[in-house]
Amino acid sequence: MSDTPSTPSAPATPVLEMADVRKSFGPVAALRSGTMTVESGSIHALVGENGAGKSTLVKIVAGVHRRDGGTLRFEGADVDFTSTAESKGAGIAVIYQEPTLFPDLSVTENIFMGRQPLGRGRRIDRAAMLKETTEIFERLGVDIDPRRPALGLSIADQQIIEIAKAISLDARLLIMDEPTAALSGVEVERLFAVARSLRDEGRGLVFISHRFEEVFALCDRVTVMRDGAYVATTDIATTTPDAIVEMMVGREVGELFPKTVATIGEPVLEVRGLRSAGTFRDISFDVRAGEIVGLAGLVGAGRSEIARAVFGVDAYDAGTVTMRGKKVRPRRPRAAIAAGMAFVPEDRRKQGLVVDASVARNVASVIRRQLSSLGLLTGRAENKASGPWAGRLEVKTNALDMAATTMSGGNQQKVVIAKWLATEPQLLIIDEPTRGIDVGTKAEVHRLLSDLAGQGLAILMISSELPEVLGMADRVLVVREGQITAELDRTEATPESVMKAATAGAVPTELTPVLPDALLKEVGA
Amino acid sequence: MSASTPTKTPLTKRPAGGGDGSARTYASYARPAWQRLLLTRETAIIALLVVVLVWANVNVPNFDGPLTVYYLFLDLMPILLIALPMTLIIITGEIDLSVASTVALTSAFTGVLFTDAGFSFPVAALAAIAIGAVCGAFNGFLVGYVGLPSLAVTIGTLALYRGIAVGLLGTEAKTGFPDEWADRVTDRIGETSYPQGLVVFLVLAVVFALLLHFSSFGRGVFEIGLNDEAARFSGVDVARTKLVLFMLAGAVSGLAGVYYTLRFDLSRGDSATGMELQVIAAVLLGGVSIFGGRGALHGVIAGVLLIGVIASAMRLEGQTQNVTNIVTGVLLIASVIIPRLLSWASGRLPRRTRGDT
Amino acid sequence: MSATLTKSAPTPGAGGGTPGRGAAVRGALGGALRSREIAVAVVLLVVVAVATVRNDSFLLSADGWRDLLLTPSILLLLAAGQMMVIVTRSVDLSVGSTMALTAYLTGRLFIDVPGIPIIVVVLAGVALGAVLGLVNGVLVAYGQVPALVITLGTMYVYRGIMLTWAGSDRINAGDMPSGFLALGTKQVLTIPLLTIVAVAVVAVVGYYLHTARSGRELYAIGSDPDAAKLYGLKVPTRVLTAFVLCGALAGLAGVVHAARYGTVSSGVGNGIELQAVGAAVIGGVAIFGGSGTVWGAAIGAVLLVTINRALPILGIPDFWQRAVVGALILGAVVLDRVLALRQSRKYDEEREG
Repeated sequence: MSDTPSTPSAPATPVLEMADVRKSFGPVAALRSGTMTVESGSIHALVGENGAGKSTLVKIVAGVHRRDGGTLRFEGADVDFTSTAESKGAGIAVIYQEPTLFPDLSVTENIFMGRQPLGRGRRIDRAAMLKETTEIFERLGVDIDPRRPALGLSIADQQIIEIAKAISLDARLLIMDEPTAALSGVEVERLFAVARSLRDEGRGLVFISHRFEEVFALCDRVTVMRDGAYVATTDIATTTPDAIVEMMVGREVGELFPKTVATIGEPVLEVRGLRSAGTFRDISFDVRAGEIVGLAGLVGAGRSEIARAVFGVDAYDAGTVTMRGKKVRPRRPRAAIAAGMAFVPEDRRKQGLVVDASVARNVASVIRRQLSSLGLLTGRAENKASGPWAGRLEVKTNALDMAATTMSGGNQQKVVIAKWLATEPQLLIIDEPTRGIDVGTKAEVHRLLSDLAGQGLAILMISSELPEVLGMADRVLVVREGQITAELDRTEATPESVMKAATAGAVPTELTPVLPDALLKEVGA
Repeated sequence: MSASTPTKTPLTKRPAGGGDGSARTYASYARPAWQRLLLTRETAIIALLVVVLVWANVNVPNFDGPLTVYYLFLDLMPILLIALPMTLIIITGEIDLSVASTVALTSAFTGVLFTDAGFSFPVAALAAIAIGAVCGAFNGFLVGYVGLPSLAVTIGTLALYRGIAVGLLGTEAKTGFPDEWADRVTDRIGETSYPQGLVVFLVLAVVFALLLHFSSFGRGVFEIGLNDEAARFSGVDVARTKLVLFMLAGAVSGLAGVYYTLRFDLSRGDSATGMELQVIAAVLLGGVSIFGGRGALHGVIAGVLLIGVIASAMRLEGQTQNVTNIVTGVLLIASVIIPRLLSWASGRLPRRTRGDT
Repeated sequence: MSATLTKSAPTPGAGGGTPGRGAAVRGALGGALRSREIAVAVVLLVVVAVATVRNDSFLLSADGWRDLLLTPSILLLLAAGQMMVIVTRSVDLSVGSTMALTAYLTGRLFIDVPGIPIIVVVLAGVALGAVLGLVNGVLVAYGQVPALVITLGTMYVYRGIMLTWAGSDRINAGDMPSGFLALGTKQVLTIPLLTIVAVAVVAVVGYYLHTARSGRELYAIGSDPDAAKLYGLKVPTRVLTAFVLCGALAGLAGVVHAARYGTVSSGVGNGIELQAVGAAVIGGVAIFGGSGTVWGAAIGAVLLVTINRALPILGIPDFWQRAVVGALILGAVVLDRVLALRQSRKYDEEREG
């Protein structure tokens, strides 16, 4: 792009140089111009909104995808990886958001799969393998049994295994794609300590994150991407969160949360003493008509699990869920739906819709019983019922029989919301309403939620984006380690009060929230 | 039936971006009707069936004779019947290998109940069908509610049900079932060359087609095959659906067992051996994906008929059953490989990579 | 998104387990059943012991001893091959037909090429099996179509080829040289030669799976095929290898069948493919790949065959043997499920503790 990156003094030799790398999938240009230079002995942040092209860029470096054009140099030599084995062999390790381990195999085998040390007769030298694993774990200061299977490891431990893998590979470039998304404060701290020690050994690290406080606490430089293209690279020391947000969004951010004031009515949902062993306990709260209740907290604190239990997808051990004064049968989504609940889940592609089915089938999927006459259901009835709902939400599609898989994330989210609004619910539970959707659609979703509340719908909203919670919610419930630790009024809820309740001081001091002022202005905190 | 339409609801959305206020409208289908109807795997199988039929009528001596069609349907009946529920099971992504054993078990029970226990034939037959349903329910319980893999479960019950059938009768074979009932199955319909048993199949075929393609339950069946988690989140009772399907498979296998008993006037523990794989081959040939989520009953029926027509044409040509087996096997492999080759050739082979956003 | 690593095998519709009974009971039971191989071996020993108490010729007569060891050898070979395929999350239904073809080839070679060395015939049988396995492997690994469909198809094709080739012929003992048939009865220190061959094959497979990189990769592929791709493993090549080895062992099983029984009829190996899968499942090989040992599959095979022979002695008419086998397979699958649930609960507790 035309922006000239500020040129700080280059401390070391570049380990990775990308210039103008392009990649399209069919007609969709996922990456229009990927440009980034990573020096050895430094931690480089890569930021951008979802869909900005970060993951595609990473996958090209990793050899998962092949680029259509542009230059890619690793340690000074032009490279063109055709497989992950090649990039790994060259000395590049990638840690994906969801670690990719073999659940049945031991931790040690996971670290060395495909390149186990060989002894006499090309036999795998298990003793050497175990020894090296133990050494790496000691160095990382982690206490994981190298012989246990990877099955049942927490995400944090899985990431440690991935890092151990990278170390055993002697990777000179380590890319971490949102590694902290599911980690607790202590785990983040451990990860950062490891990352710094790797940097001090002279390796280059790329750190992708949505959390500015982490970027500012850990990284040396930052590259910003937007809409599949490079925007700028600057030193962390010379920039501010506000400046980065402006580059990421590329326009005024103030219009994001148009919360209108609604009259709050009678309680619609009443949850009392909900408990699920090992996941959450003592969960009691109400959601009233016309009210948006935000469920805040760190990922993994149990927010989604609470929502799933309330809706009956998961079982719970104790407690009651009541809708408009009537108890809802547990473990039965259909009972929850009949009671007037709607649930837009967190993982759109896996839980929210059947991506291989058509728009019409998805939109009509919950109401199709009512669409049947004499038990018979026709495609015509589904089309007739789903068309107006898709139109109301301005779903962009050529025809109602197009499979949802061809659509953008934002459009898919509209299909999910249309499907639930079609049930005419009294309570909408919405988990991460705007994850992975573009800025424009995001604003549409926020306006929609606000309108719906204005019309008397009760909304329970889970979000990891603090500004979203603070901007939209009338009341914020903060969940920490499976318990509600704070209930904050709209006036009381500030980034500080929410983060404090969410972490209870477990967060390292260096990670106190550094939220962009631009976002907070609108919140009115 | 009050279908919920947005016009009745207060949950209106303010038109965004200063439009004229009218919501967007959509075409129902992206492609013209002829394309949607013709460019499907089901149509390909039906076309192939027609081609083979025409070819056989012209080239195979006696193929157009009245006996050919009569015996074709008489022989295919159990496979036609069981293919109906099997289609639904495979569309949910599961499989049932125990159906042929259930046929044998229910046939054995029919024999024991009628001959030894002195039940009247209709009562014995109904009891056998009920036993079939219980066999299926057992599979369905283990698969749906306990969550075990159906491949392993039904390999187990394949041996178990067959074992009980063989154990019940030993080396004995029961015969002497009432002619009046046998005739009701094997007599021709009027002056045609179709056996009367076909009526039962046609009724069931209509029922299953309505269930799969024109009911909320059927939509759930497809959704489970495509994405069982999303189905659960939309209120589909995945476990119960599977239980119902396996029960249906068991009950229809029971019906096929009764048919088998009447058709051959024989009740033995080792009847219908290996038929489970014939049924599955026909279903897959008919365009049902083994991964679940896609398939249609008319394709499956064409698939069963295709195998049957090829078999009877080759028999009339003097070929042995062996060559027919080879042709069946090659067709089955071709039915999955050719679409792959076509999509690969047109460069549309989907790249499946993890975590693509 | 689940917070912990779980297996990507199809999830049950309703998997909510009830809370466990007591930690003590759990520990004791879990300990005894931790090694599936040992558990199945104990069952096997009990079956043999009880049968011997009822009728001591089951074990203690020369014939009893020989049959006890010799009869499982064919299923042993098939189970070892099948296990390698299952561990990669595939299945091979064509092994029975492959075995029938190579058994017939064995007889045919002796008839058509008088004086042909026995070793050449054995190698020819193995090679034919490997080629048939190669066909399966190419279609599954490179065609990217499910193994169940492909091998169901080749099951018909191979069987059809065998029957067409054989016509109404049948290979009889008289067609084969006595030296070859002697292999079927030969014993070394009272142990039948064919059993030694089968056990040696199992040992080699076990050694390969445990110590070779490519052997471990078979497990990795079955455990998570997507991860295997991201690791840069050669997934198609490895899957192909598993099918070729499985075919080769089925080929060897065909030769062994000819030597052991001296006749090759059209029904050779009918339905044995599901027995081979059943043996693997009983031995603790996960049907969706990634875990299990060839030892488990082997002991499972021996148990299946031995139960068949022991039932009449135990006073159960042998008609019921298949029912017992079915119950055994179901029991194994249910047990796997129970143990897996228990294990995951243990990990949950560990993480919280």
